[in-house]
Amino acid sequence: MQTSIFNEQHVLHELKHYLPSQSPLKDFIHHNSLHALQHLKFYEAIFKASKIFGFQATTPLSDFRKMYANGRIRDDVLQRVIAERHDEINVDLWREKALRQVYDEHNAQRIGILRNYWKAQYQIDLDTAVQPLLFRLLSNYLDQGISVMPFPIGNVGFLEAIQQLENASFVSIFKTPRARQLLQSTDLSIVKLLKIVVGNPAYFEQYLFDQQFSHRGWSGMVATVEAQPDVMLDRKNITLNDLIILDLLLEIDSLDAALGEVWQPLSQHVQVPPVDLFASVSNTELTEVLMIWQDAFEWSYYDDVLAGIKICSQDLAKNSPAPTTKTFQALFCIDERECSMRRHVECVDTQAETFGTPGFFSAEFFFLPQNGKFYEKLCPAPVTPKYLIKELNVTVPRKHDHFYTPKTHHVFAGFFASFVFGFWAFVRLLQHMFSPKMAPAISNAFSVVQPGGIFTVENIDPQLRENDLQIGFTVNEMAARVLSLLSSIGLKKDFAPIVYLIAHGSSSANNPHHGAHDCGACSGRPGAVNARVVATMANHQGVRDLLKKAGIEIPANTQFVGALHDTAADEIGFYDTEHLSVDNTKLHVENVHTFERALDLNAKERSRRFASIDTKAHISKVRQAIKDRSVSLFEPRPELGHGTNALCIVGKRALTKNLFLDRRAFMNSYDYKTDLEGKFLANIIKPLGPVCGGINLEYYFSRVDNYKLGAGTKLPHNVVGLFGVANSSDGDLRPGLPWQMVEVHDPIRLLIIVEHFPEVVLSAIKTTPDMYEWFINEWVHLAVLNPVTHELYYFKQGAFAPYQAITTHLPSFNDLHQLIENALPMRTNQLPEATQENLPVYLS
Amino acid sequence: MQSFMPLYVFIPVFGFIVSLFFNRTQEKAITNVALGTVGLHLLLVLFGVFTWLADDMATQNLKYWQLFEHDGFRFILDFYFDYLTAVFATVGAIVTFLVVLFSKFYMHRDEGFKRYFNSLLLFYIGFSFAIFAGNFETLFIGWEIFGFTSFLLIGFYRDRYLPVKNAFKVLSVYRLGDVSLILAMWMAHHVFHTNITFTELAQANWLELFHVSVNSGSLLFIVLMILIAVAVKSAQFPFSSWLPRAMEGPTTSSAIFYGALSAHLGVFLLLRTSALWQVVPGFDFAIIALGALTAMLSSITAKVQSTIKTQIAYGAIAQMGLMLIEIGLGWHTLAIAHFAGHAFLRAYQLLVSPSTLGYMIHNQFFEYEAKPITNHTPSRLRSTLYILSLKEWNLDTYQLKYLWQPFKWLGKQMLWLESLPSQLFLVAMIVLGVMIELEYVFVLSDISQYMPVLYAALSLFCILAALASRDNPMRAWWKIVISQLLIVIGVSLNVHVESAHVWIYLSTTISAAVLGMFCLHNTYHIDKDINLNQYHGYVQERPDLAIIFLICCMALVGFPFTPTFIAIDLMFTQIHDHQYALVALTAIGFIFLELAALRIYTRVYLGQHKKHMHPIAYRSS
Repeated sequence: MQTSIFNEQHVLHELKHYLPSQSPLKDFIHHNSLHALQHLKFYEAIFKASKIFGFQATTPLSDFRKMYANGRIRDDVLQRVIAERHDEINVDLWREKALRQVYDEHNAQRIGILRNYWKAQYQIDLDTAVQPLLFRLLSNYLDQGISVMPFPIGNVGFLEAIQQLENASFVSIFKTPRARQLLQSTDLSIVKLLKIVVGNPAYFEQYLFDQQFSHRGWSGMVATVEAQPDVMLDRKNITLNDLIILDLLLEIDSLDAALGEVWQPLSQHVQVPPVDLFASVSNTELTEVLMIWQDAFEWSYYDDVLAGIKICSQDLAKNSPAPTTKTFQALFCIDERECSMRRHVECVDTQAETFGTPGFFSAEFFFLPQNGKFYEKLCPAPVTPKYLIKELNVTVPRKHDHFYTPKTHHVFAGFFASFVFGFWAFVRLLQHMFSPKMAPAISNAFSVVQPGGIFTVENIDPQLRENDLQIGFTVNEMAARVLSLLSSIGLKKDFAPIVYLIAHGSSSANNPHHGAHDCGACSGRPGAVNARVVATMANHQGVRDLLKKAGIEIPANTQFVGALHDTAADEIGFYDTEHLSVDNTKLHVENVHTFERALDLNAKERSRRFASIDTKAHISKVRQAIKDRSVSLFEPRPELGHGTNALCIVGKRALTKNLFLDRRAFMNSYDYKTDLEGKFLANIIKPLGPVCGGINLEYYFSRVDNYKLGAGTKLPHNVVGLFGVANSSDGDLRPGLPWQMVEVHDPIRLLIIVEHFPEVVLSAIKTTPDMYEWFINEWVHLAVLNPVTHELYYFKQGAFAPYQAITTHLPSFNDLHQLIENALPMRTNQLPEATQENLPVYLS
Repeated sequence: MQSFMPLYVFIPVFGFIVSLFFNRTQEKAITNVALGTVGLHLLLVLFGVFTWLADDMATQNLKYWQLFEHDGFRFILDFYFDYLTAVFATVGAIVTFLVVLFSKFYMHRDEGFKRYFNSLLLFYIGFSFAIFAGNFETLFIGWEIFGFTSFLLIGFYRDRYLPVKNAFKVLSVYRLGDVSLILAMWMAHHVFHTNITFTELAQANWLELFHVSVNSGSLLFIVLMILIAVAVKSAQFPFSSWLPRAMEGPTTSSAIFYGALSAHLGVFLLLRTSALWQVVPGFDFAIIALGALTAMLSSITAKVQSTIKTQIAYGAIAQMGLMLIEIGLGWHTLAIAHFAGHAFLRAYQLLVSPSTLGYMIHNQFFEYEAKPITNHTPSRLRSTLYILSLKEWNLDTYQLKYLWQPFKWLGKQMLWLESLPSQLFLVAMIVLGVMIELEYVFVLSDISQYMPVLYAALSLFCILAALASRDNPMRAWWKIVISQLLIVIGVSLNVHVESAHVWIYLSTTISAAVLGMFCLHNTYHIDKDINLNQYHGYVQERPDLAIIFLICCMALVGFPFTPTFIAIDLMFTQIHDHQYALVALTAIGFIFLELAALRIYTRVYLGQHKKHMHPIAYRSS
């Protein structure tokens, strides 16, 4: 046979590349859902993938038109977009097409065509015949702790375990003898089975794609676990190869059961070869119109933002504020949810100064909580730390919730549980409904730092190691991290008496996707440990001495304090405040008051999007309602996560201080004056693509096609094996974001705005090809504000071109309370109406 | 107390009707109506319980309203209140109230917000009818509404494949229970010569009162039918596999239906009819055996489940098996208490099931112990049990193979009914039947006694052919209509029926038939293809046609409170107790009638929308 045209290793590699790569839900790391096509230009990639896999690549045409009608897409921007793409003279022609032309929007996918021949030829529905059992076997083997009786053979690979189980049993997994014999045959391989099922090797690759993408959730999970076994606490030895073999065996079994062993391979029935999955996809007029609309949608918002930035920059040059003494400085994560929090802090205490920096505060390490059996990575996902921080001295025991014991599923224990737990459940339900409060089964952002615990931050003896990790950092290593942190944000002088490092996390109840709300810079975990560790480092006398040598002199009375902001409950907690000096303690008490006021305001600002909260109620009531929400089992939207994110601003705070950006901007503090050559800039921009761009694109794709690229509504989700969610008992795993997280999101790409000279930015983004790919292929937009001339530039086709904003004047508001209270809530969660909730850019 | 007993069903009915008048975005109004209805009901239940306690727990009975009377058959709405009602009503009202309150927030902005609360109130109507019923007929009303709302809520996410498929699957199993109950009612009518009430059954000397012999096969038949209905509703052996598959709707609806109330309705029925089956010798052993077998099999199956909702489902089935044992042993009070605790426990476990991931992973982080590495393979028994449980003891496969496949096969053989000559033949048969009925044609009495069976058989064939049909739904619909005409002729040839009743029945059937055809016709003209070989999901484009067609289906197949519902009950009571062939044909026809009609509905209107111009779910999701 001519098997040479089928290269098994190559096809497996390709499959793994295209399958969803979401890891088990305990760690939620946002990433570009279409990472496999990132080597292509954005539009080329989305339309190609859409043709292959059948999902929607953009907002539907009808919704674009509705947004044009309701004013969210501006006519002047639309005209300019058309002019740029099709020349000035064709504006009317294309505008007409965009607004009124009727198109056939039917999108016939390529995947699945070949495998559908089974149904056409034999009226056999292989999916229904194979998938329920296949999913059960997979989920039972991979299960992390739901089943009471674990998979009987756990120490060997998946396929071997199936073989052993089959051997040891009186009954078979299969219905028919051939599949049974094949499973035990010594030369079992994908090719051998494909010859039986498909026949002609020319079709092997396409068949495997069809087959694996008929359950992309499971296949993606298997591929991810194969590549990174440590994503599961209870490690499992599974490969995509094993899955495909079992899949094929079950197909043979089902075909044999339905037709006897006399059926012919699939390729015998294929008269016209189906089109190659990856054949090029030509542009149509419809895709051209969609690109116009998408651009117009994006620039309708960006144009205001850029205009605002420019106005602020010019104002700043005219009347730069007199330097004042600062009451305190606070470093927040760049996360766009802190955008409003920083605004409120500065508003309550006008002499407070805030900064934005990735929430791991430049300290990368693994963390071992006391009694923990595993290490937690606390830094951006691509980094592999060499350090370990251990927690010691915790005396408070962990609390348990007995309702989750699987013992209620035993016959007799269940009998007693009905009487004991049953009526107690009634009381609990009453309590949950009428007085929700924090409980052991609710994921609590503050639980990562236990009261009384101490961390092994400093390493005195480099020989102190554990599993090839150094325990703690040496003084030099600590100083390097603090130096890098302070330099990157330009905080080198004028230190206030207290500098807060405020990490963030999110508490939520009944939410398998809770990890998606935590800090992306800490691998999807709350960043409290980092804040506390870095504060300890910066307070270390040895570190201060070294910093002084490096040119940063921190006054002796300045102290660093770690803290955690719970973005769902709008609560804040501070660490190690007992080490504050007497003076600083007094100041801290006042500052806490400032933070509390700011949290009140932040809660109020967030509450406008929550229908169950009356924004006009007394602010303390609103705050309480926000807090209750984070511990309410019945609340599928404890917070809205990164929904609406659209911007990333790298520059000094003064640029955005007077702009109301409605919690839509990631903000990284950066002072070009301290880094004229852009030495730090490359390191600042590098993670913005994978982290902020990843978040933005995951939201984009989950929003435009929540069925295929998102997880669908979370209301019917069923927790599978503690690693994923599926619908119903026999459904595929659902990677992506649930509907409740993305409904407020405007599906637009991220616009990164950097305050620096264009040539410096250009050379910074070109330092690594990985970073450059994000920009040159247009997965994120990049604009630059020249800090001297206040001119704007936009990165296009490898170079910066000047950008003239159409907007010249921005609206302003007098009273934030009024703005928040009068903002209209969405009427329905259909895109044109839902995203009307997002407020325009205001000058304040 | 009797004075306000009708309110127990009319409050939910009223609330349901009011809730229909809002649109999806009026969430506040919709939830207020639902909360008000269930809240008021809860207060009234509590009030009723106190009154009943004050009244020395005397059983209350109210013959409320005679819907229909014909030749000794009386359809009476009859209400009843005893200890069983008290417990089920209290637990039901509390759970429903809390779940409605939970859903108010949980379902916020769901595309089917209104549909959900409408269905929930409809369910509550059914629940109230069943729990407060004083006779089989009233209970059956509730039972039917229950089954139908299950179908609606399992298929709540109607634009995905699996919910629709599983909704239909559960409906087909439920149908067996419905028919068993109808057959039990049919036989009871012949045994007791009246529409027996639960009050009458509760009397110690009912056997003498009705001249029934304990050893009569008829009595055994009744209790066997009841046991099948119980096994179906409470997912006992061999019907267990439907319960885990019913967990398709929002978590809240799974909690109320499959954790708390719906699944326990089987247990309720068994307790309610205990006076009947207690006199049948050895029947308690049958119940115990069924319960024990189920408890054993499903507790092992529960242990191998690796998804949270299926684990709860099998755990619940095992507990309901235990309840059967308790009932069989005569420990009714224990069983009732067990029900109450269990309903709360499972409802709660389902409601908090999404928390499992975070909580248990967190626990594992601190308590994980790697399994010792061993090289020995597990014992043969253990592996065998594991595989069997994993495959749910193949119950699903057997059910398909031995229960549904034969009828499918038969249906395929009946596809010749599609041909023109056979259509003409059927029409001729209808004309002939009408002429016989109107006494234009006389048939020898030797032949005429077989006429009803002939018509019932033809009717069944038409239904099976409609069920097997893979192409044109309009033709399938037509066959269903014909089958109904045939069956009504069959029945009226069997015994004399007042022509007024026939006209009421026919007018409903024919209007439903015409309106249904109109919907299908209009839907067909959208894309000129609505073959029954696939799901089309037209509800996306024409929700109006979809709902009208659904109502037509309900009217045609005899949903409670349609004239056809009475007709179907009447039809059965008119079949004599020795006409086994006729009753079998009619009963089987009745099972498949609803399936055939709703199959058209699901295929044409539900499932993934076939046009890929907006986001469509993957089939496997």
